Amino acid sequence: MIENTKFQHRYNFAFIDESTKKEIRRKLLKAVAIPGYQCPYSSPEMPIARGWGTGGLHVTLAIIGREDIFKIIDQGSDASVNACNLRDFVQAMTGCRTTFDTTEATLIQTRHRITEEALTAEQVFVFQVPQPEPLRSVERYEYRTRQMHGEADYAKMWVSLYESFVRHGDILLGAGYPVRINGRYIMAPSPIPRWDIPNLHQAETLYLFGAGREKRLYAVPPHTTVEPLEFEDVRFHIEDFNGQVCNQTGYRKAFLDEIYSDDGSKQFVVNDSNFLDKLRAGEPIAPFVNAYIQQIES
Amino acid sequence: MNNGNHHNGAATAGGVGPAGIAGAGDNQWLLRVRNLTKIYGEPGPRTLELTGPEFSSNICPDTDSIVACAEVSFDLYPGEVLGIVGESGSGKSTVVKLLYFDLGKTAGSALLYPYDQGQTNMLEASGQQKRRIRNHLMGMVYQNPRDGLNFHFSSGGNIAEKLIMAGQLHVGGIRERASQLLEKTEIPVRRLDDTPATFSGGMQQRVQIAKAIANNPPLLFLDEVTTGLDVSVQARVLDLIRELQQELGIAMIVVSHDLSVIRMLTDRTLVMKNGRIVESGLTDQILQDPQHAYTQLLVSSLL
Ligand SMILES: Nc1ncnc2c1ncn2[C@@H]1O[C@H](COP(=O)(O)OP(=O)(O)O)[C@@H](O)[C@H]1O
Ligand SMILES: [Mg+2]
Repeated sequence: MIENTKFQHRYNFAFIDESTKKEIRRKLLKAVAIPGYQCPYSSPEMPIARGWGTGGLHVTLAIIGREDIFKIIDQGSDASVNACNLRDFVQAMTGCRTTFDTTEATLIQTRHRITEEALTAEQVFVFQVPQPEPLRSVERYEYRTRQMHGEADYAKMWVSLYESFVRHGDILLGAGYPVRINGRYIMAPSPIPRWDIPNLHQAETLYLFGAGREKRLYAVPPHTTVEPLEFEDVRFHIEDFNGQVCNQTGYRKAFLDEIYSDDGSKQFVVNDSNFLDKLRAGEPIAPFVNAYIQQIES
Repeated sequence: MNNGNHHNGAATAGGVGPAGIAGAGDNQWLLRVRNLTKIYGEPGPRTLELTGPEFSSNICPDTDSIVACAEVSFDLYPGEVLGIVGESGSGKSTVVKLLYFDLGKTAGSALLYPYDQGQTNMLEASGQQKRRIRNHLMGMVYQNPRDGLNFHFSSGGNIAEKLIMAGQLHVGGIRERASQLLEKTEIPVRRLDDTPATFSGGMQQRVQIAKAIANNPPLLFLDEVTTGLDVSVQARVLDLIRELQQELGIAMIVVSHDLSVIRMLTDRTLVMKNGRIVESGLTDQILQDPQHAYTQLLVSSLL
C-alpha cells in the first residue's frame, strides 16, 4: 500500500506553506538589497490577529530552520503573555528549541526593544512593526508618502522635528525616532527607545522588520549606516534616566524601566529580562558598546 | 550641507535682476510661456475651436470637457510685475497653478531662465527637479492661507520648510532667518512659534509671503492674495507686496479679479475670459483705453 504522508502533519513546517514562504523570502531579499525601503508583501492570514505581531511572525516563520534556537521578547521581557504565546506557537509549529539566553539564540523576534547584549553576525533579529511609515505623522495619504520616499522629499519630517524642538525644547520623539538608512531612506525603527537606535548603526547582525497589518517588510543589513535625524545644533541623544541606577543590580548602562511602588515612590530596574537575570546571577555579559552609552559614567 | 544662516537660490538686491540672468542682456526674459493649456475631461478634435470668448463658454459642446485655460502665451522679464485679470472662472488661477506645478498641463511649455538657461520645458521636468525649481526659483501665495500654510506647524516651522529644503539644518540659523522674514513682512517676531491658525487673515497672508520669499526666488506668484481681506487690511498687504517688490526686485505674477489691485501693483496685464487671453498690454494703457469689449466692461465697472 502506498502511504500518503502528506496529511500526517496538520501543518507545514513553520505553519506557512512553502510557496508563501518563498514569496516572503523574495521580498526580504529585496528589502535587504534596498536598505530602509518598505517592500510590500502578501501578509498571509495567521491564527493571530493582525496587529499582534503577525509581521514579525511572518518573517520568523519564513526564515526559521530546524536547527535554529528561537528567542522572543516583548518590550524586553521573555515572560510577557504575548511573548509566551508566540514562543509556544513557533515551538509547536517548528519543533525548534527556544531559549531566554540572548547569546545562545540564533533567531530573535522582538517587540519594542533591542537586547542589551550585543548581537552577532550569526544571529538574525526580527522586529514586529505596528506602523512602518515614518512619514505618516506628517502625511496621511499613502500615495503621497510613497512619492516623498521616491524623491527623498523629507522636508516635512524635518519640520516636525523642528516643531518638536520649538514646543518642548528638545526633539521629543520617544519611541520610533526616525532614522536615515544608508544615506537614503528615512525609516521607522519600530517603536524602540532612543537607547536602542545607535545599536542599529554598522551592526554585525541582520535586522529584519515585518509590519503585518500594513503589509510591509524592510531591512537594515549588517554594516549599514543608520543615522538618527538631527540638526547641526540640536543633536540626537539617548534617554539618560537622570543618573538613576537599577535598584536590583546597581547597573546603569542599560535601558531602565520605571517601577512605581505601592507607596508611590519610583524605582528603576533593567528592562531587558535576560540581561537582568544574568546581572543578578553574576554571569558574564557582552553588552552593546556605542558612543552614547560610553558617555554614561559607570 | 549649510550651516549658519546662509541660503541658496538666486539672490536679488535693489532692483537688479536675479543672479542667474546677469550678463544675459537687458532683454533676457525670466519666464517664457507658450501655448499653456489645461483641459479637464477628454477633449475632442474641435474642443479648442468651439470654446473661448466668442462662445462665452469654456465647455466643449462636443465632449463636455472644460477648457480651464488654452493657448496662453507671454513673456515675463526680471523684476517685472504682470497682472492677470478676469472674471471668476476665466482661468487665472489655473495659469499660475500650472506654472507652480500644482496642476499638470494638457499642453504647452514654460521656460524659466535660471533653470537650465531656459533651454528646457520645466513643465516636463522630473518630480525632483520640479521640487527644486519650486523651492529655489519660485514662491506662491495662495488666496486661501490653508493652501500655502500648514496650520499644525508654527509660523516659523512653515518658513523652516522652505529653508530646510534648501539644505539649512541648523535650528539657530532657521530661527534667525525666519525672524528676519517675519520682520520684513511686518509680523511681530514674538509670534514666531505660534501657529498661523491664531493669526488674523492679513497676518496669515503675510506669513505666506514670508515663506514664499524665504529662499530669495526670482519669481513670485500671488493668487487673489487680498480677496478675503477687509479693505483696510487689504491696503496694508498690497503696500507690503509693493515694498518687497521694490526692495528685492522679484518678478511677480499677480492674479486678481479686482482691477484696483492690478492697477496698484502691476506693470503689464493680461485680460482673460473663458480660458483665453483676450487682451494684453501695459496696465495703464489697458485701464485708459481698453480695446476688447470685455475689458471695457471690466474697466467701466471699476469707475
Ligand atoms: N478640477 C476641475 N475640474 C473641472 N473643471 C475645473 C477644475 N478646476 C477648475 N475648473 C474650471 O476651470 C475654469 C478655470 O478655473 P480657475 O483657473 O480657477 O478660474 P479663476 O481663477 O479665473 O477664477 C473654471 O471654469 C473652473 O470651473
Ligand atoms: Mg482663482
